[in-house]
Amino acid sequence: MFQRKECVAMLLAGGQGSRLYALTRQVAKPAVPYGGKYRIIDFPLSNCVNSGIDTVGVLTQYQPLVLNEYIGTGQPWDLDRVHGGVHVLPPYQTASGAEWYLGTANAIYQNISFIDRYQPEYVLILSGDHIYKMNYDKMLRFHKQKKADATIAVLEVPMEEASRFGIMHADGEGKIFEFQEKPEHPKSNLASMGIYIFSWKKLREYLIADNADPNSHNDFGKDIIPHMLENEESLYAYPFVGYWKDVGTIDSLWEANMDLLDPRVPLELYDPTWKIYSRNPVRPPHYISSEAMVQNSMITEGCSVFGTIDFSVLFAGVTVEEGAVVRDSIVMPGTTIKAGAVVEYSIIGEDAVIGENAKIGARPEQIEDKDTWGLSVVGPGVEVKPGEVIPPKAMVEA
Amino acid sequence: MVNTTKMLGIVFTSTHDGAVPEMASVRALGSIPFGGRYRFVDFALSNMVNSGVTEVGLITENNYQALMDHVAAGREWDLARKREGLHILPPLDQSRICRGHLESMINAMDFMRRSRARYVIVSDSSVIYNMDYRPMLEQHIESGADITVAYQRKWLSVDAASHSTIFAFDPNGRVIDVMMHANVSGEFNSGMNLLIIEKSLLLNLVEEAVSRGEYSFDQHIIQKRKDELKIYGYSCDSAAYRITTIRDYYHANLSLLDTAVREKLFPTDRPVFTKIHDEVPVKYGLDSTVRNCLMADGCIVEGQVENSILFRGVHVRKGAVVKDSIPLQGTTVGTNCEVSCVIADKEVMIRDGKNLIGAATYPIYISKGATV
Repeated sequence: MFQRKECVAMLLAGGQGSRLYALTRQVAKPAVPYGGKYRIIDFPLSNCVNSGIDTVGVLTQYQPLVLNEYIGTGQPWDLDRVHGGVHVLPPYQTASGAEWYLGTANAIYQNISFIDRYQPEYVLILSGDHIYKMNYDKMLRFHKQKKADATIAVLEVPMEEASRFGIMHADGEGKIFEFQEKPEHPKSNLASMGIYIFSWKKLREYLIADNADPNSHNDFGKDIIPHMLENEESLYAYPFVGYWKDVGTIDSLWEANMDLLDPRVPLELYDPTWKIYSRNPVRPPHYISSEAMVQNSMITEGCSVFGTIDFSVLFAGVTVEEGAVVRDSIVMPGTTIKAGAVVEYSIIGEDAVIGENAKIGARPEQIEDKDTWGLSVVGPGVEVKPGEVIPPKAMVEA
Repeated sequence: MVNTTKMLGIVFTSTHDGAVPEMASVRALGSIPFGGRYRFVDFALSNMVNSGVTEVGLITENNYQALMDHVAAGREWDLARKREGLHILPPLDQSRICRGHLESMINAMDFMRRSRARYVIVSDSSVIYNMDYRPMLEQHIESGADITVAYQRKWLSVDAASHSTIFAFDPNGRVIDVMMHANVSGEFNSGMNLLIIEKSLLLNLVEEAVSRGEYSFDQHIIQKRKDELKIYGYSCDSAAYRITTIRDYYHANLSLLDTAVREKLFPTDRPVFTKIHDEVPVKYGLDSTVRNCLMADGCIVEGQVENSILFRGVHVRKGAVVKDSIPLQGTTVGTNCEVSCVIADKEVMIRDGKNLIGAATYPIYISKGATV
């Protein structure tokens, strides 16, 4: 007999992350490397265990191989449990047929029986697209205290950016009376973070109704939340204060990495009470040679640095040879920057090779026509030839 | 059924000759930190699994809390298995003080008897190296030896020689002479505290010797019975470090700054596994300078570090200068400190403005948890 779980988390990890282009050709967005030794999914998974949630369903669909291997038994996050733990949930065939996950709500709908096995009171819906540290238990307490049917985590965003988000209108108590999905003229700046807690009984009803509606997009933001509001269910906005970043684009992925180098940014990874866990590489400590120059950077195990590193993040097992320069860039695991190469304002994917004296990207001040400037991206596994020049804003794929 | 080439591993984690007393007083020898993120025992355990040995008995004798905490169920070495895997073998009789490895092997007798392996590879934690044991086993089988001992030909100081077992071989590689605690210096065949033996022979030898009150494997088996047993040498070309004094410890760690040594000790096809701490990558600050250093994750460098090995979670504050030093896990070097030729054991706090200058021939050792 299964024991009940008070709260089960469902992590939507099927997103393609198409605006990351070359970086998500082979991997789902939640598996994109971040911050030297992490992948994006480490943040919601670590938040779960740190919040006392030990049962997590990870919904996968797009390019799941890397993600599947990465999650494995869930041991790195302490989610290898006798009862509960992490479960990877791809779409599956049933007696009535087989369907891909058609939308965020449909993905949960298709896994109603998974959730039912734990008979939870509450379900926490998460996405694998964001970098943030959050105590979901506090949000759950808020949800219980308000006797809400649904609680949506919200963040105050600058008014001029509000039209990029789902915007909540709430009263002084936090009760939501209106929701606008990416409004042209937002009436508030409380943006939905895509983190929901539902009372499972209620959500279950809505999922079943939503599935029966042929006009639905089967999406939480577009369908479930508006329907619940229409029916005057009790929805609350839970205000979150802290660092939260969507890393859905090349620019925002780069910025989120650079934020780690900025002491003013409130994302504290060194907090022993809220560790971010990850599947650690088995590598020796990194080596910085006598000729190397390293400043304002983050470097992890298995790296060997003989060149110059400034304002950059090096992932596990990166080699930077003599005379090579890496500035304002992100270099993902296993990549080699050969002697004399210069990498500026770039993202270099996993296991790439930048040939000798190649030049990747440029500083904005070096470019006259600012519209032609942008971050350069070298995709995973690409071999850039010696002396080759990859201009700013270019994207190279294998 | 006995698998004809299967080996089981025995790893000793304590020493009987008082090695590195400063650091071993608070922990078993096997759990002394090494190389930024490792412990001595990691090399022995990783060599086992990288050589296909998946059944390992870890003999613990005293002060083994830190060691148990480190190896736990052996998961990081892939030894947390339903079949075989890691077996921690604490003393069966706590009141019996073992005087040598031979005597402490009685705690592994049942474990060895239960195993289906035909051979036993016996190693300890006092010599650090990365090697594949399979060629050694092949030689052992081909030569028809009773015991094969691994050695390296190298120059030994008086100090090193007195802690080594030194072999002389005949032209066929058979041991003809064994020296222990010798007061000599020069080039010798220095034993690596590593041997292969058939399990049934080992069980007999241990039982017989212990019943006579004998306790030292090197003295009472290798040295005493070299004429009746066929004991052969196996020459190992790995980078190997025998660590018996704090100076050995200091130099062995700093030798990792040599890329050639790192490649031998950490080859990519034979990784050294260790306990995961989930530390953050190293953060280098605005005014940091770092030259010729080995850096483990979790460090924050705001000052200057040179020719040093920084273990996990070391914090070097602004204006501090750390040279030729080995700060262990969790050590903090305060603002404007000057630290040179220092080994700071775990969680040491060096307060702002302190100057600690040792010498390469006589490094300063600061004990675990101390505040300077």
